[in-house]
Amino acid sequence: MGDTAIFRIAGLTKAFGPNAVLRGVGLDLRAGEVTVLMGANGAGKSTLVKVMSGVHRADRGVMMLGDRPFSPATPAEAMRAGVVTVHQNINDGVVGALDVASNLVLDRLNGAGSGFFFNPRKVRREAREVADRMGLGIDLSAEVTDLPLADRQMVAIARAMAHEPQVMILDEPTSSLSSNEAERLFALIDRLRARGVAILYISHRMSDIRRLADRIVSLRDGAIVGQFDEKPLDYEGAVNAMLGQNLGLHSIDARAAGAPVFSVRDLRIAPGAKPLSMELGAGEVVAVTGLVGVGKTRLAETLFGIHVPLAGSMQLDGRAYAPRTPASAIRDGVFLVAKDRASTGIVPEFNIYENMSLPFLPRFSNMSVTRRRAERQTAREQIADLKIVCRSERDDLATLSGGNQQKVTVARWLTQPSRLLILDEPFQGVDIAARHDIAAKLRESARDRATLVFLTELDEALETADRILVMSENTIVGEHRNADVDMDRLLAEVAGQRLEPAGSV
Amino acid sequence: MDSRTADKTPVETPAEALAQPKDGRSLRELAIRYGFLSLLVGLIIFFSLATRGFTSPQAAVFILQSVSITGILALGVTATLVVGGFDLSIGSIATSSMMAAAYVMVVLEQNALVAVLVCLAIGALVGLINGLIICYMRVPDLLATLGMMFLLIGLQRIPTEGRSIATGMTLPDGSTAEGTFSQAFLALGRHRFDLFMENLVPASVVVLIVLAILIWFFLEYTRFGRMMYAVGSNARAAEFAGAPVKAYRIWAYVISGVFASIGGILLAARLGRGDIASGNNLLLDAVAAALIGFAVLGAAKPNAFGTAIGALFVGVLLQGLTMMNVPYYTQDFVKGAVLVIALIFTFALLGRNAR
Ligand SMILES: Nc1ncnc2c1ncn2[C@@H]1O[C@H](COP(=O)(O)OP(=O)(O)OP(=O)(O)O)[C@@H](O)[C@H]1O
Ligand SMILES: [Mg+2]
Repeated sequence: MGDTAIFRIAGLTKAFGPNAVLRGVGLDLRAGEVTVLMGANGAGKSTLVKVMSGVHRADRGVMMLGDRPFSPATPAEAMRAGVVTVHQNINDGVVGALDVASNLVLDRLNGAGSGFFFNPRKVRREAREVADRMGLGIDLSAEVTDLPLADRQMVAIARAMAHEPQVMILDEPTSSLSSNEAERLFALIDRLRARGVAILYISHRMSDIRRLADRIVSLRDGAIVGQFDEKPLDYEGAVNAMLGQNLGLHSIDARAAGAPVFSVRDLRIAPGAKPLSMELGAGEVVAVTGLVGVGKTRLAETLFGIHVPLAGSMQLDGRAYAPRTPASAIRDGVFLVAKDRASTGIVPEFNIYENMSLPFLPRFSNMSVTRRRAERQTAREQIADLKIVCRSERDDLATLSGGNQQKVTVARWLTQPSRLLILDEPFQGVDIAARHDIAAKLRESARDRATLVFLTELDEALETADRILVMSENTIVGEHRNADVDMDRLLAEVAGQRLEPAGSV
Repeated sequence: MDSRTADKTPVETPAEALAQPKDGRSLRELAIRYGFLSLLVGLIIFFSLATRGFTSPQAAVFILQSVSITGILALGVTATLVVGGFDLSIGSIATSSMMAAAYVMVVLEQNALVAVLVCLAIGALVGLINGLIICYMRVPDLLATLGMMFLLIGLQRIPTEGRSIATGMTLPDGSTAEGTFSQAFLALGRHRFDLFMENLVPASVVVLIVLAILIWFFLEYTRFGRMMYAVGSNARAAEFAGAPVKAYRIWAYVISGVFASIGGILLAARLGRGDIASGNNLLLDAVAAALIGFAVLGAAKPNAFGTAIGALFVGVLLQGLTMMNVPYYTQDFVKGAVLVIALIFTFALLGRNAR
């Protein structure tokens, strides 16, 4: 299918006020190929996607679909023309107040030819078809607001797939999916590719990119800086192009723990779960890995006072620690960078400095009057430290790119010293270089506290931690020092098959 | 810092950050920010040219007085809007506290201080109950406060069997009410302070201005106000940041209830009796003022300054039209039109809710 470009972009520019985000992008998408778009956080990927899908209008430049000019005024128009998009912000892709079935066939309900009357049976039937084609194992009558993020993501994707697209755009679709769900998505993409759909795929996950890419295009600062389509694909070259520098090899020397800071004894976090224990020392970064749904988030939130453990005890600095609310955990110096920033992290109507100071307002105020100067100063330091791409600390959070919003939610909890810092999937949506930066920052600032990072991706755990704990079925099933890790044993533990002591050496 | 950030990431110095927005500020942004205030100024200029005496201090004070009670209620309901709630019971809290004040003084023959304290307690208690029902019984805010509104409208009629309260009225047991409104209490509605001129500024206007400044400062500059906005914008994120979300919600309803009861006290003091038929428009006028406030300075969210301007806007418009001899029965239409325009302004121009 060599050079049958069915979607062509040339000279595309887009600015938000004085902020030039796209500076002349040229890009071809070919039928039956997966084009992966790589770029650092804030490079303009999502903005490009929004222009292609009719959310934003380009300032200059042309887009061609087939041999016709394409400039959709609305997302619906783009969709009808066969350009279908799954946006990075999942809640843009689903309607919370409706059930899953209605969401799946929503666009048909609006489309031409649909009758005036709403026929629930027909909706159910069509939704069932779509769901089966996707292998979607979700209760079709559930309300979307009640679904966990991963399920919502699958619904948004299934909804987009239901359109029989010519061009399919996926903006970081796997950032909250488990590997199982991601694999289902990949299988679907394979099928679409075989049918001759042109696919634009955006991700920061190398494993996705390796699995899917036919070509890689690198975007930096709103311009295309590299195209890679010779097999075997030059992944490293693509990463270097998107970063504008070589990413040095990254290895960890596992450090030993200092004085004990936090310990957990015989904690049961869910009914029927085996008790778990652990001990964390000052200066070490400990990763907890395991599949999605094995209780990682439950454990993180239990340590932070959101859930009450069913049994067991915790100790912080030698004293009993039993937080009843996040407020009391924070008072004791236990911080949580929670998963899924959109629902648990960011306050969309606040700007950067207001978001960062949120948990620490008493410290940032004088007789209850907020000290904005101090807030802004702190925010500026964090912006420089974590290289957050923004115009100033007064930018509204909604104008930041996804990865930069994530950096703000991480930075929030680094502004103040803690005794135990818990991070639940802190790398959601951040680019490779930023991931290394954050990991380095965590390790460097870890000296006096205990640090616990929950990471589903094993690679991320190996890149970040001194010690790795493995979770399965709501309890801890394995422990590894991050030096000469026995990968077979680790993978077996992740999969939930404990090797017999005799068999493992 | 490595070379990557040095040449690409636009992290700026504060000076640049301050300089930047200016050249980028488009006409549209200016219109969004200052449109509604300009409209207010334009309206004032128009009325002062078109009518006689519109710009006199007396007229200005009269406008403020005409919106003082609505304005106070509107400031209270702003607090509930900030936490993402709504309070439909404010009008009935105000009239209930008016009736209570009259009952305490006329029937129970107590002094002004007792009357005021009873009213404030009623406001706080009703607000607390609203908050508890909404937070712990999980009744949606509109429904809970709507129910409370009906309840209070009914309740305030029971002690007097549905009649207004005035000195000399016959009580249910056949006796005559001997108490009177104390002079101190009536002064709240009738006393005027000297400012440039003798007897210029009525007490109710002073109360309005003081409360407006208080709640504005509270919402904008204290950590409690900031947290209330966070609760309204993303309650889960606020909770994960350590905020006692339910407590903030409940406090918002208490504030709203207390403000409404202050409005009721001023109403009773102005009327000098407990009039069962007054205060019908309070709820809608107050809500309108708070919603108009969304459009002021392009805030697109509830804010105390906007609410005050919203109330003022309605007052100016109605006073101007009255002085131009526009019939009184068009007033509600005018208010409604202003509200619709303000809402369009907020949501269409600002596009906050547009994707
Ligand atoms: N509505 C907006 N108003 C102002 N600036 C915006 C807006 N949307 C995006 N930007 C800016 O445009 C730049 C590019 O953002 P974009 O979301 O396209 O990045 P991205 O490449 O998708 O990054 P990420 O990997 O973090 O998702 C960012 O600097 C961002 O702050
Ligand atoms: Mg993006």
